[in-house]
Amino acid sequence: MSVSNAEKKAPSRPLPKLNELDTGEFWQATANKEFRYQQCANCGTIMWYPRAHCTGCVDGDLRWKVSAGKGTIYSFSVVRLSYHPFFRTKVPYAVAYVDLDEGPRFLTNVTGIDDPLTDVHVGQCVELAWEEHDELCIPLVRPA
Amino acid sequence: MAGQSRDAAIVGIHEYPSRDVEGRVNALQIKAASAAKALADAGLTWSDVDAIYDAGEGGTMSGLMISEYFGIKPTVMDTTGVGGSSYEFHAAHALRAIREGKAKVALLTYGSTAHSNAMAIGAGGRGGGISPGDNMETFAGQTLIANYAMVAQRHMYQYGTTSEQLAEISTATRFHAMRNPEAVQAMTDLDFVDIQETTIEDVVNSRMIADPLHLLECCMVSDGGGAVVIASADVAADCKKSPVWILGTGEATKYPKNGADITTSAGAQSAPIAFAEAGVSPAEMDIAMIYDSFSITVLALLEDLGFCAKGEGGAWVEGGRLRFDRPNDGPALNTDGGGLSSNHPGMRGIFLLLEATRQLRGESTSQVADARLAIAHGNGGMLGARHSAASVILGRD
Repeated sequence: MSVSNAEKKAPSRPLPKLNELDTGEFWQATANKEFRYQQCANCGTIMWYPRAHCTGCVDGDLRWKVSAGKGTIYSFSVVRLSYHPFFRTKVPYAVAYVDLDEGPRFLTNVTGIDDPLTDVHVGQCVELAWEEHDELCIPLVRPA
Repeated sequence: MAGQSRDAAIVGIHEYPSRDVEGRVNALQIKAASAAKALADAGLTWSDVDAIYDAGEGGTMSGLMISEYFGIKPTVMDTTGVGGSSYEFHAAHALRAIREGKAKVALLTYGSTAHSNAMAIGAGGRGGGISPGDNMETFAGQTLIANYAMVAQRHMYQYGTTSEQLAEISTATRFHAMRNPEAVQAMTDLDFVDIQETTIEDVVNSRMIADPLHLLECCMVSDGGGAVVIASADVAADCKKSPVWILGTGEATKYPKNGADITTSAGAQSAPIAFAEAGVSPAEMDIAMIYDSFSITVLALLEDLGFCAKGEGGAWVEGGRLRFDRPNDGPALNTDGGGLSSNHPGMRGIFLLLEATRQLRGESTSQVADARLAIAHGNGGMLGARHSAASVILGRD
């Protein structure tokens, strides 16, 4: 597939680092469209963001689990002004804190809507919508 | 106020007047110029300083760098850097160092050329850091403003707060700014349109930046800086100006947590500690210098500091009660014009101490008659995510 010069130069979404020591394993799993989170087998704490240590106890035993991918919007904003080279081309767009049913609250964008100004609500039920990239996928959400 | 300790006082202040230095001076020069004037305000000089407090403009060895730059030889050094709240932390730490007898004269300084550098504090990207938190969030393009906006959105959802109520914060601070010549000059230099008092309608009809926050609910991006000198009681007794005592302090942090309520900030933890140490209550405050990065910051903090119950801030601020000319309605808010209408070079906390001191000295351009007690509450970081907060209760003789 040929790619035009304009497309080559188009700024892209900033992507996470796959080798970041606390969160890299999460991102590596997104290649398979798995949203992983940790729960401590010792104290039950559900971790977010992922870390190498448990914040609930000092002898933690963190185990990876996979979310079913359903949740609700805790809060959101529609960004109208951004100076970032990629995001300035995307305004207006919705950023949201999403509470997954399993507990983790993560920051993401809402996709799969006609108009972010009218189609996003606190308490709205959403599901994961993966945006594909070369070595990983980005966990966006869309109305469920 | 039995048992209230008066161990350390603000004895010297200076606010750097320009908000647009046009590249003529840098941040370190602003710090030094402000420090010299603040020391002179107290009747002290460089060699009197034995404790230095610095939020890191000079880099990772800022405490050493700034000591050499100022030409001082401190025996107490503190480089706590927690954004806009750094200076309230510094005041708290200076009180302790002086109370312990480890220091007699503490110097706090701030300088920034955020405007000249065209540093996009609010609407820029979140930087390319690789902290684990950043690595989970940068992809979403959340601007700083959008993070605060999510607090406002949730506050509206939980408590029915309205944009008109949030706008009260903006109109009160602009009302004060129009009485402060330096704030008026700042708005002029930064090319504000309509440099005048604002109405609720002006605010809610201004351009939306990140729903539900409008342009006039967002702080400016300016240059600026200042300095504060804090001294022991014996030194304060010989200073030129009346002492403004540090009566109590509290510090706290908050960060994202599954299931947490983002409408409540770290201030809910730091303020009770400060009020308890000072032996006073929120209702006794004449002045509330509350970090106004955005309208929602003040609304949430008024609740967290105990001026009203959580969720009732919207109704509480209605009717212009935060203005300096309504002394019977509770504290006057940000009587210098605040970050919304006077200055915001990135870390505004020092200006909260400066204006609180001016009020307790009787030197404000929106002076509350016989002001005796003030709170300066700094919030640094992101209100809806990770932030630090410190509360400082100040009083005069």
